[in-house]
Amino acid sequence: MARQTPDVSRRRFLASGAAIGGAALLAACTSNATPNNAQTLGGDSGNPNAAPGRRVIIGFSAPAADHGWIAAITNNAKKQAEAFSDVEFKTVAAGADAAAQRAALTGLLAEKPNVIVLLPHDGKELNAWGLEAMRAGIPVVNLDRAFPDPAAYRLQIKGDNYGMGVSAANYVIAQLKAKGVSNPIIGEIAGLDFLELTQERSKGFADTLKAAGFRVANRRAAEFTADTGQREATQLLQALPRMDALWNHDDDQGIGVLAAINAANRKEFFMVGGAGALKAIQDIQADNTVLKATVTYSPSMASSAISLARLIGQGRGMSDLVELQVPKEIVLASETITKENAANYLKLGF
Amino acid sequence: MSTGTQAPGDTAAADAAPVAGPNWWRDEASEPIRRNLGLVGVLAALIVIGAVTRPDLYGDPAWVRNNIFTILMQASAIGVVTVGMTFVIIGGGIDLSVGAIMALAGVWATTQATQSFGAGGMIFAALTVGLAVGLINGVLISYGRLVPFIATLAMLVAARGLAAKISGKQTQVSSNLDINSIATDRILGVPVLVIILGLVVAAGWVLLNRTTFGRRTVAVGGNPEAARLAGINVRLHTLRLYALSGLCCGIAAIMLTSQATSAQAAMANLYELDAIAAAIIGGTLLSGGRGTIIGALFGVVVFSTITNLFAINGLTTEDQNMVKGGIIVAAVLVQQFRLKSVTQFLSRTRANT
Repeated sequence: MARQTPDVSRRRFLASGAAIGGAALLAACTSNATPNNAQTLGGDSGNPNAAPGRRVIIGFSAPAADHGWIAAITNNAKKQAEAFSDVEFKTVAAGADAAAQRAALTGLLAEKPNVIVLLPHDGKELNAWGLEAMRAGIPVVNLDRAFPDPAAYRLQIKGDNYGMGVSAANYVIAQLKAKGVSNPIIGEIAGLDFLELTQERSKGFADTLKAAGFRVANRRAAEFTADTGQREATQLLQALPRMDALWNHDDDQGIGVLAAINAANRKEFFMVGGAGALKAIQDIQADNTVLKATVTYSPSMASSAISLARLIGQGRGMSDLVELQVPKEIVLASETITKENAANYLKLGF
Repeated sequence: MSTGTQAPGDTAAADAAPVAGPNWWRDEASEPIRRNLGLVGVLAALIVIGAVTRPDLYGDPAWVRNNIFTILMQASAIGVVTVGMTFVIIGGGIDLSVGAIMALAGVWATTQATQSFGAGGMIFAALTVGLAVGLINGVLISYGRLVPFIATLAMLVAARGLAAKISGKQTQVSSNLDINSIATDRILGVPVLVIILGLVVAAGWVLLNRTTFGRRTVAVGGNPEAARLAGINVRLHTLRLYALSGLCCGIAAIMLTSQATSAQAAMANLYELDAIAAAIIGGTLLSGGRGTIIGALFGVVVFSTITNLFAINGLTTEDQNMVKGGIIVAAVLVQQFRLKSVTQFLSRTRANT
């Protein structure tokens, strides 16, 4: 008995046509906002160092992580290098971990740039490479995550994590004293707990609060992403039915934290952010949420690093200093942005 | 049907009255009910521990009501993902890419272009992306003959990469008020997120227990060769299972985007492990062929309750993770050394050894 297989070729044709059409429609929906402003040094500001000098080749490497802050670092470095006419900029992809970054940087060393600017995956793991590069005669500018060995870098430029905690705590203490609150309930939403920088920030916060006689009532650790910020903030709000102050380490996860606060309709406390994202600065200026201040940890350090790397390559020093060479170590201060000075910081928001 | 703890003389009488009496309880077919009741017991124990450690909070009924809704809302996105994952695991596979699919769907739905199409456009984008990626997984596994672990592992990496590329590694804020209000709205006092979870769980239960699709899933997972010989198109069915999982991820992506009012490539991190763990402690066998949707839901709620308990007591995430790990191991051990054999062991007497 012959069995007739139904002719499904037309059905397949129509189905695949619909799939391709759907895919084309979806693909059209991927156009997106271009990356926002870079925080770079302006043009000629009367600085004698702005005059073009000897051509400098700067090699650059930073992790390709998911966080907006790291993306801003890379963006800032690139834009700052473009702003200088005498700088040639070479980037290498840092890969997923320290080992991959080491491999990429060894390749970069072979190309013999004049200076290398580097944000390592981990300072301790890339320390040995730093020593190697310095011995090969190529100055290394170490960005943010510190090499423990001073011989491994020519310049170390980093933010002040402990200082961030101190600034946040000082603001919280000032506000609470002004309101006359005794025994305040203070919450904290930290970032990735296994990172040393998170521990330093929390320590700065706790130490400064302790000196004023306050303590953190409940501390939750999120993961620097908005959805984990929302999750931990929801739990924190449940654990503390009444709160006086909240410090959130990072403004990117702060998007989720604010969403949780709005969803729970809690307004009795004030919130301090961290890192200095553009949206956070705008919210502080508008003053329509519980976010009243943020403490900076700005990715503008990448622009400064490129700027100083150029000076090192050209053998110049910083014009405001008496000394003729660029300093060995620069720790950027953690600045507190409030409604009063928000306008000044808008261009530094990432 | 009779168990070894009965004396021979009782067997005939027991068979004559199968409904009432302890036989129903000890019966193998009632194992899911025993397990689910066990999970309800665990939940009750957790709530009691919470009440004992924080009587100041649990003394306020408004707070307790709010807390229950919070636990359910926090469990809603992962719950929807777990329903899809349960189907895949019962069908004999595994889907490691659910977190990545959520991230990709979320990112795609919150691009400038998609947001310009409004809430409908965003929901359509998320569901379609989830379904499409699930289909790709399914094609690779059933027709490409890739091992599910490897295929979904590759998709995990690729989907996050694509999400990072589309979003430029930035967090994409959702400016659509309708989408954002999904996380805050309530219908008749019940949060919309919980309603969505309830609908997905109900649909999943009906699909698994009352349709041929569900029966085929159990058959394909239990013994694919026998299922194929019985006339089930195993390859097409596996494809459908992964597509279903992808669709659930798309739904969950909208829920999570709404809660966080934003989406980014790093969102839904490690959700696959949470979903698998919840499915396992709910009674789904990792090797396939057995599992329940209600059990998976209880698994998700148990984890959410543990998180809540640790948070209100100010304990760290590290301690919480160790307890969660312990619960997963305990659940699997219970599965291995089935309760029947333990009671059998304990009730041995001189007469029947």
